[in-house]
Amino acid sequence: MKRLLPLYVIAIYAFLHVPLLILCGFSFNSSKFTVWEGFSLVWYEAMWNDGVLAEATWNSLVIAVVSTVVATAVGTLGAYGLWKKNSRLLSGSMYLSLVTPEIITGIAMLATFQWAFRYLHLQLGMTTVIFAHVTFSMAYVLLVVMARLRTADPALEEAALDLGATEWQAFRLVTLPMLKPGIAAAALLAFTVSFDDYVITALVAGVDSETLPMVLYAMARRGANPVVSAISTVIFVGLGLLIVVSERLQKT
Amino acid sequence: MMRLRAFFLLPAWAFTLLLFLAPMGIIVVYSLQTKGVYGGVGEPWTVENYVRLFDPLYGVILLRSFAMAGAATFGCLVLAFPLALYISRSGTRKTLLLNLVMLPFWTSFLVRTYAWMFLLRDTGLINSMLLGMGLISEPLPLLYNDGAVVVGLIYGYLPFAVLPLYSNLERLDKGLLEAAADLGAKPWEAMLHVVLPLTAPGMRAACVLVFIPSLGAYLTPDLLGGGKSMMIGNLVQNQFTSARDWPFGAALSLALMAVVMLLLWALLRRDCEEML
Repeated sequence: MKRLLPLYVIAIYAFLHVPLLILCGFSFNSSKFTVWEGFSLVWYEAMWNDGVLAEATWNSLVIAVVSTVVATAVGTLGAYGLWKKNSRLLSGSMYLSLVTPEIITGIAMLATFQWAFRYLHLQLGMTTVIFAHVTFSMAYVLLVVMARLRTADPALEEAALDLGATEWQAFRLVTLPMLKPGIAAAALLAFTVSFDDYVITALVAGVDSETLPMVLYAMARRGANPVVSAISTVIFVGLGLLIVVSERLQKT
Repeated sequence: MMRLRAFFLLPAWAFTLLLFLAPMGIIVVYSLQTKGVYGGVGEPWTVENYVRLFDPLYGVILLRSFAMAGAATFGCLVLAFPLALYISRSGTRKTLLLNLVMLPFWTSFLVRTYAWMFLLRDTGLINSMLLGMGLISEPLPLLYNDGAVVVGLIYGYLPFAVLPLYSNLERLDKGLLEAAADLGAKPWEAMLHVVLPLTAPGMRAACVLVFIPSLGAYLTPDLLGGGKSMMIGNLVQNQFTSARDWPFGAALSLALMAVVMLLLWALLRRDCEEML
């Protein structure tokens, strides 16, 4: 057993990493087929010159940035409010929204938007996508910030209030600075879940709001395409860099 | 005193009410209505949609979803337990090894699923290699079947099983293993009678965390299973799009939600306080 366990563990790590490494490796293949011919950047060039892809990436970034900022603010304030006094209905809804299968969340939101459009002059598009993204990423933010608040000492705020601070000052000057690492981690999580989402986005998106995962999905469905490997590599490296940089920032 | 709190909770309440609770309410209403001629919903009110859940036509898909989610959960446990055990015993390298488990998880889910399509499809890497070596004369049908979906689910949710098992094993009292050894237990006996029973909470959490997203999976069966290996999620999507039967889709969604909540309650009842 002593000797078998390390081998088993190596096999599991291979299972986790080899498929992605192979995908990245073949994005540099000059052949269209899955036989190695030689090193080439043709698929990256094709990716770079693809107008649809560029627009979808831009849409994804706009949606992810806007929804991250809103969800982080709303979620942090909400977590603080719940820390002061828990509301079972609200925290229960948050946990429920985290375990609800995405396809159900998406369809329920679509049904709601379509119902609302009978009364409002709006249509599916960037706005509906952003609203949907804020809603699901807010639950992640709330969870992460609440975990951080659980380690906080309520006596610190009480001391601030005793010394004449207003409620707002106690929040702004005592608790908020302490929450910074938690908020940063929550924002990063919100960004990645928003940037990555396909199921809910595809349901509530309109003609003007095609996102990167939607384009990627369509390409993957259509069949083998090395450009997808190239995009995957860029996403892999990009998100990896984002995580490393944010970890560094949190430490300093 | 609490004025600030009320003000702070307002936006979170607004989003939750308007975009989570109200949508769920609309689904409940739809599930009790009848489908209209051109899609959409209307009167009369009925429970027919719930009765149809027991139609064998859909029963096959429901049963297959449970079987595949069960297989994925089993696979994740078999892989995750030794891995978590190894990591919990590896001293200073713990953080590195855990981060290596989490690394693929931070990549796009779509990319991770595509990586398996790349390996398994007829013109994919495995088939091209086997063909190249002359071991097979025509491509093996690796993609678009139940097996591919289960592998995709295991690949997608393995970290969800590793993390709770690791934190459980990490807190395990090493003295108990020494005591078992002193009392004459062989390592595997100590594993079976001491470690396994004590990791039951971690196992339960791992099961729930893998089974629930697997049961409600949409993207994995859609991409790796094709049309042949549908799960509940795909059936729901189908009812809302091509079949245009919103009431039945709504009833299906609620049935799935009910199963998810029942499982959460049954498995985490004992550990709930700790989780929340």
